Amino acid sequence: MARLIVRRLVVSLAVLWLVTLLVFIATLLLPGDPARAILGQQATPERIAALQHQLNLDAPVWQRYLDWLGGVFTGDLGFSTATQGSVNSLLGDRIVASLVLLVAAAVISTAVGLALGTWTAMRRGRPVDHAVSGISLVIAALPEFVIGMALIILLSTTVFRLFPSVTLTRPGAQVWSEPSQLVLPVLTLVLVVAPYITRMMRATMSEVLDSGYVEMARLKGLPERTVIVRHAFPHAIGPVAQVIALQLAWLAGGVVVVEFLFRYPGIGQALIDAVNKRDVEVVQAITLMIAAMYIVVNLLADIVGMLTNPKVAAR
Amino acid sequence: MTAVDKLEVVATPEVPATHPGLFHRAWALPTAKIGTVLTAVVVLVAVLGPWLGPVITGHDPTDFAGKPFKHDGIAGTDGIGRDVFTRFLAGGSTLLLYAVLATAIGIVLGAAVGMFAGYSGGRLDSVVMRGNDVLLSFPQLVFALLAIAMIGPHGWLLVTVIGVTHAPRIARVARQATVAVVGCDYIRAAEMYAVPRWRILTGEVLPNITGPLMVELGLRLTYSIGYVASLSFLGLGIQPPSADWGLMINENRIALVVQPWGVLLPVLAIAVLTVGTNLITDSLASAAAHKEAR
Repeated sequence: MARLIVRRLVVSLAVLWLVTLLVFIATLLLPGDPARAILGQQATPERIAALQHQLNLDAPVWQRYLDWLGGVFTGDLGFSTATQGSVNSLLGDRIVASLVLLVAAAVISTAVGLALGTWTAMRRGRPVDHAVSGISLVIAALPEFVIGMALIILLSTTVFRLFPSVTLTRPGAQVWSEPSQLVLPVLTLVLVVAPYITRMMRATMSEVLDSGYVEMARLKGLPERTVIVRHAFPHAIGPVAQVIALQLAWLAGGVVVVEFLFRYPGIGQALIDAVNKRDVEVVQAITLMIAAMYIVVNLLADIVGMLTNPKVAAR
Repeated sequence: MTAVDKLEVVATPEVPATHPGLFHRAWALPTAKIGTVLTAVVVLVAVLGPWLGPVITGHDPTDFAGKPFKHDGIAGTDGIGRDVFTRFLAGGSTLLLYAVLATAIGIVLGAAVGMFAGYSGGRLDSVVMRGNDVLLSFPQLVFALLAIAMIGPHGWLLVTVIGVTHAPRIARVARQATVAVVGCDYIRAAEMYAVPRWRILTGEVLPNITGPLMVELGLRLTYSIGYVASLSFLGLGIQPPSADWGLMINENRIALVVQPWGVLLPVLAIAVLTVGTNLITDSLASAAAHKEAR
């Protein structure tokens, strides 16, 4: 058991290392010279040479990779050519803002998915079950920016005007100082993720409800609530935990489009800005961050899967 | 050579190459019919739109048609005075083409790698699938953004990067399905006749994993449409002044209150298209699962 987890951990670390290599190699493919990009067209060859030396661009590739990797490990993410400042100060507040969005969406969609999945599993074959599965099939098909745009049309501009469609935060203030502007971005992410969790929970719960031990618990005369909470839920949660974790991993990437849509000041919007301005070190830092989060959440998913699978846990 | 020919005669009648049963079973479900109608409507608009647009409205998609935010014509004009309805009709063809091409690349690459790994088994299998896991550890959209940041927003890059990032996901499914049929008698029989490996893969394995592959095809097509539209929406896909649904939503969303059509029409088109393909996929998945259950 412990050996399996350690092995999985080692694989994750290896994958993470390969990802750093991939992100670094991608920037080598970039045409043009960063020193020239910083100094502009009028720069003299001497100044370019001096800056190249300062930025370490004249060093061999492997040494630049190691320097960059060392920087990442010590928390120095590099220099942003577009804003002429360090990547750290550019991303500091944005990381917090993105995490607020992610955690809120994750908590709400998990709760909604589990509740709705259990509720429909208990009403299998009834109209309400068909309605929920039909709606979730439709929503699951939509790209996230289409869901967000539909919400803006419905709740923010044309039909009702309940919530702001863009995030406007005064400099220095935090995004959550005005909670109403968090509603639509969070709701969009919840609508993207919750259908998958609901469908998986309904499928697993249906199986569990048909099992012998649930029938046994009912025959003992236990109240239905105890049967669900104490006997059925713990058995259903294992397989669903993996789907939840996969969805949360998806959120790490999906947040990019949603932040752009609502002009939310997080790392996703910063990534789009940086891609447009070819701000290489910012792109490197953010893609690495998102990939790292993706890998960690997937790792957690597998560990939860191992812990809740009795066949593996017994080994 | 004669042995191979004889084998084909013996082996094929049992398993028809195109699996008509799968589509028959899927078509019996209402989701398949609704999905096909929805998809067909949007595909028709996307394919015929570029020709019909100028005929119906008298404007070209990039023409100046009048003052900004005018409300005459079918859907008025956009922020720089181009006819919204013409641009809507012209805006689906590139999106659809890119999505179909990306899905095709993903299916061909993914099925080839997955079948090869699953049929070979052993060390080769585990090495290929480990490499696959590495590629899976990158969110698709972020991978596409990284590529576009480095090379620029070109159509070919969009198609390639979405297709290539589909491949490891499809390979996983193809491998699993292949492993399930590798032990079957008809494959062992083909091996005994010394049929070359690629003929076994294309002639024996492929026809028997079409169920899961068709489900993957539908799923990845839905995602491809979403990714291409999302990237255009982000300003990193199809570039202005081209008419494109994703791009139109981004261009017109600032003026949503004055001119809702510029956003509403493309949002509806993308929504109906993806819901349609997803319903078809769902019916295929039910049909494939039903077959396994029997």
